[in-house]
Amino acid sequence: MAATETYPDDLRYHKEHDWARIEGEEAVLGITWFAQDALGELVHYEPPKEGDTIARDSAYGEVESVKAVSEVIAPLSGEVVAVNKKVVDEPETVNADPYGDGWLVRIRLTEPSEADALLDVDAYKQVVAES
Amino acid sequence: MAQTLQRTPIHDRHVALGARLVPFAGWEMPVQYEGVIPEVRAVRSDCGVFDVSHMGELEVEGPRAVELLQATLSNDLGRLTAGDAQYTLLTNERGGIVDDLIAYKLDDFRYLLIVNASNREPDFAWLKERELPGSDVRDVSDEYALLAVQGPRAIERLGLPPAKPFTFAEGEIDGVHCMVNRTGYTGEDGCELLAAAEDGAELWDRVVARGAVPCGLGARDTLRLEVCFPLHGNDITPETDAISAGLGWCCALDKEFTGANELREVKARGPERKLAPFVMEDKAIPRQGMQVEGGGEVTSGTHSPMLDRGIGLGYLPAPAAVPGTEISIDVRGRTKRARVVKRPIYKREESS
Repeated sequence: MAATETYPDDLRYHKEHDWARIEGEEAVLGITWFAQDALGELVHYEPPKEGDTIARDSAYGEVESVKAVSEVIAPLSGEVVAVNKKVVDEPETVNADPYGDGWLVRIRLTEPSEADALLDVDAYKQVVAES
Repeated sequence: MAQTLQRTPIHDRHVALGARLVPFAGWEMPVQYEGVIPEVRAVRSDCGVFDVSHMGELEVEGPRAVELLQATLSNDLGRLTAGDAQYTLLTNERGGIVDDLIAYKLDDFRYLLIVNASNREPDFAWLKERELPGSDVRDVSDEYALLAVQGPRAIERLGLPPAKPFTFAEGEIDGVHCMVNRTGYTGEDGCELLAAAEDGAELWDRVVARGAVPCGLGARDTLRLEVCFPLHGNDITPETDAISAGLGWCCALDKEFTGANELREVKARGPERKLAPFVMEDKAIPRQGMQVEGGGEVTSGTHSPMLDRGIGLGYLPAPAAVPGTEISIDVRGRTKRARVVKRPIYKREESS
């Protein structure tokens, strides 16, 4: 059920083990393979509300495994336009497919230039190697 | 963090299996192998094995061993014959719980106490201080490996004869000699196997070869909470008393032991707070230290794989600590509803 370790090269990454897929004025956010593996099987996702404003480097939600709770850090600032209800109902979706069905929120970017400061896949893999 | 973590005799096996190892009570222990949820399911449906060699073993020997233990432990050892085991509490002068443990009567003059890993030293010091001429207390923890084999098929898989809970006997698993204790911390049938430390890894291999699924401390904590077994350090501590914790059943208040008077008083006037199990109504996972509205505190909390809900234990004002009461828990600033339930939180549906 758990995905194998991968870090897609079309994503941008944040050192707190979050990813962003930038699609024009919006971005889809989630946590990386490394993050879900460190937590173990997720059993709860506490999402933000649609319409909430989230700020880069700040927590916008929580994910919990049986043993641990972790804040999810926003790699980019924006307004929440969609929450992944599938993950609310079946948090283990994140373990199975962290970059696909296991996305957490979709936001409308308020500071698109922030993307320049995110890590590319090679830089993020370096973060993982040092973790 | 200069302190080196201790390793059990099974450590190499955990590494080879790819377990996630974490520090626990001064030991490097497997918290999970495959994952907490599949490990819990394995124990509920078939058989799992846990390395619990970090637990402490104290031997109390001598003609006055029973006298020392009767004066320090809450339960009545006089009810035991050789081959019996008993859940009991080491209590302090205030009636608080120094530790919870299982006492095994080896013979009239020799008892084995299996104690929590984190309390091995305090328990030993406590008993050593109170030693009588004719009662010798020894910490023999380093001599043993301890494996808990738990689940509805545990006994069958190990090829052991049926036996009553809370009894023990000498035995062997495929040639490895051990003491077979009909005890556990999961609410399932099964046993705990006490072997010489040097035989521990071989015993582990034999048990795994018989189909027991390796399980870590994460599953162990979840399993015990699903059946409302208290965890010392969380649900019971030197500051909490047995009556409030719902452990009056293992306090023989008709005998004298440390703190017995205080416990009689609590029982007579009724505890102000009681340890109560609860199940979340809202989607949320309660955690130790969370506050309950109207007074009260969560002492243990987790996600129950069997119920697929958040569950927990906590001290509540006595009027609220009755099954059916709705409570509100502050989950990191959000109010989440839960309901007090009967013990145990999880019970297998009877098939017969």
